[in-house]
Amino acid sequence: MIVQIIDFFRDRMKMTVRLCYGVLALLVVIDIIPGLTGKEHHAHTWVEHIPGWWSVFGFIACTLIILISKWFGHTFVMTREDFYDD
Amino acid sequence: MIDFWIHPALIMIVGALLLPFFAKGPLRIPYLIAVPLVSFVNVLLMQKGTFGIVQFMDWTLTFGRVDRLSHVFGFIMTLMCLIGTIYGLHVKQAGQHMAAWLYVAGSLGVLYCGDYVVLFLFWELMAFTSVFLIWYRGRKESLNAGYRYLLVHTAGGLALLAGFVLRYQATGGDIFFGPVGVDSPTLSTYLIMIGFLLNAAVPPFHSWLPEAYGEASVTGSVFMCAFTTKTAVYALARGFAGMDILVPMGVIMALYGVVYAVLENDSRRLLAYHIISQVGYMVAGVGIGTQMAINGAAAHAFAHILYKGLLFMGCGSVLYMTGQSKFTELGGLYKKMPRAFLYTLIGGLSISAFPLFSGFVSKSMIVAAGFSEHIYWAAFLLTLASAGTFLHTGLKVPYFIWFGKNNCAKETWDRAAEPPKNMEVAMIIASFLCIFIGCYTPFLYDLLPYEVNYDPYTAYHLSESMQILLFTALGFFLFIKKLAPEAKIAIDLDIIYRKGAKLFMWFARKPVQTVDDAVSEAYNDGGLVPLMTTARFASWFDWHGIDGVVDGIARTVRNIGGGLRKVQSGQLQYSIYYAVSFVALVIAAYVLA
Repeated sequence: MIVQIIDFFRDRMKMTVRLCYGVLALLVVIDIIPGLTGKEHHAHTWVEHIPGWWSVFGFIACTLIILISKWFGHTFVMTREDFYDD
Repeated sequence: MIDFWIHPALIMIVGALLLPFFAKGPLRIPYLIAVPLVSFVNVLLMQKGTFGIVQFMDWTLTFGRVDRLSHVFGFIMTLMCLIGTIYGLHVKQAGQHMAAWLYVAGSLGVLYCGDYVVLFLFWELMAFTSVFLIWYRGRKESLNAGYRYLLVHTAGGLALLAGFVLRYQATGGDIFFGPVGVDSPTLSTYLIMIGFLLNAAVPPFHSWLPEAYGEASVTGSVFMCAFTTKTAVYALARGFAGMDILVPMGVIMALYGVVYAVLENDSRRLLAYHIISQVGYMVAGVGIGTQMAINGAAAHAFAHILYKGLLFMGCGSVLYMTGQSKFTELGGLYKKMPRAFLYTLIGGLSISAFPLFSGFVSKSMIVAAGFSEHIYWAAFLLTLASAGTFLHTGLKVPYFIWFGKNNCAKETWDRAAEPPKNMEVAMIIASFLCIFIGCYTPFLYDLLPYEVNYDPYTAYHLSESMQILLFTALGFFLFIKKLAPEAKIAIDLDIIYRKGAKLFMWFARKPVQTVDDAVSEAYNDGGLVPLMTTARFASWFDWHGIDGVVDGIARTVRNIGGGLRKVQSGQLQYSIYYAVSFVALVIAAYVLA
């Protein structure tokens, strides 16, 4: 059953991707509409009042982690697998 | 109520010692399930209070301090022991089960102890039994990794002991293990803290963890990922709540683990780096030190033991079935192992703090405690690290094992299938608990040390979490080419003790060689003109002076190198023997003085 579900979405890749973009857009819309999430009471800092703040934060966080780690790894940190063998 | 108390560690120790009698025959499986089950039920029924007080020479030793803090940890440790044992039911070597149980006993002993003497005893038991879980993998690398693991933990244990001895002297014989006084730390406070931090794998004392857990046996790493670091978190929560320096340390840990997880090609080592990251949240929580933060640290340890165990079980089942754990040797397995995929995904969603999964109700408590104490930089950086958690454990692990490019060799592909029933049962139990804790919050919150006034399921928190998680997913799929695994290893700080001897040899040989060459050259250049006496003197000087010095240095280098070589090979037992003898002498001196 799990395989069928996965294959169902894999066979309809375009639809799946559109669906995902739809969900992302919906999340931002929910965040922007005032009064819907109770942001006015719960936010701790002023930046959180920026519309779509956590979306931007999530995306930038992910990008930064990938780019900085890869840069760090390619300085001298990543090396051949038998480095410790000799 | 009768004052009758049995230490759950005692059940595990006796159970482990009797295990060889049940190692074969029809009683094997019932016995393997019964012992951890009895231990778990024992913890469930336990009354709060102080038990197991033993007079030993001048010391009053306390084996059983049962309060809310030790209870929540004891609950999850014994439960995980049961799940882990079910996962390992197919393992025929009695020794591996014995090592696992004694290791659990060590952890339980630390949780319930009331003083440093008992703490140290069980602390060492943990290190000396868990190393067998690495050795049972049976590879040459496992043997070496195990020795290094033992050596590092012996060093940590000695720091703890030194701290305890100094404290004992300074306080005039106080062995009570409680809050150490974080407002006026002394040398002894720091030494004890280093001992705890090493077991919690706080950088720079962390590099033993990915090495050991990546190299341990399939069932071994399921046990190891639960006990050592979380016992250390308990010890920190007991002794060091509110120690400011733990906040930046925890945040660095959380980010450090994430960065190395990007670079990692071995699935179990990746998970190990994420232990460092997740324990970072707990360490930061202990550093914040408010009731909410300590609750958060305990809750996160509880949830973490389950989902991390589940993740190690999922990746372990792939390793067990296919013989591979590297992303560059796996891929596209969803048709072969769909259920293992599902369990691993549940673990991945739990660690990523997806709503309705366990991490969501625990991790957010620590971050919220950071916000309410106005430590904004820590709260934001921990949130940033949580994006990294989803990126790797929620997305990278499932994607590159079960989807992505199929890197499987024909043999790997043919071997791939769903794991044995017992492994699946264990994964089902852990998956159920991950979802149950996430959905029904009072179950976990009622176990916590302090009263909980926190509701994770507010509209704002849901919106915030979903935005961070799903936009991280967007980033993952946009940068997927960059994230493709590379068949490389990342150098971590373990290079200091893995390559240290070699580095030292090179450094010492090079200058010696240069001096030697330079002296010979100068001697040759001026060799024709000088008189016989000068020549004779020069020859004498060369023989007795320079060569003597050069040979002396070379001999010293060789001796030091030889010493280091011994430490790195099978001669380690001597080092441990010396260390333990030294410890025994110190204790004897204090007892008799």
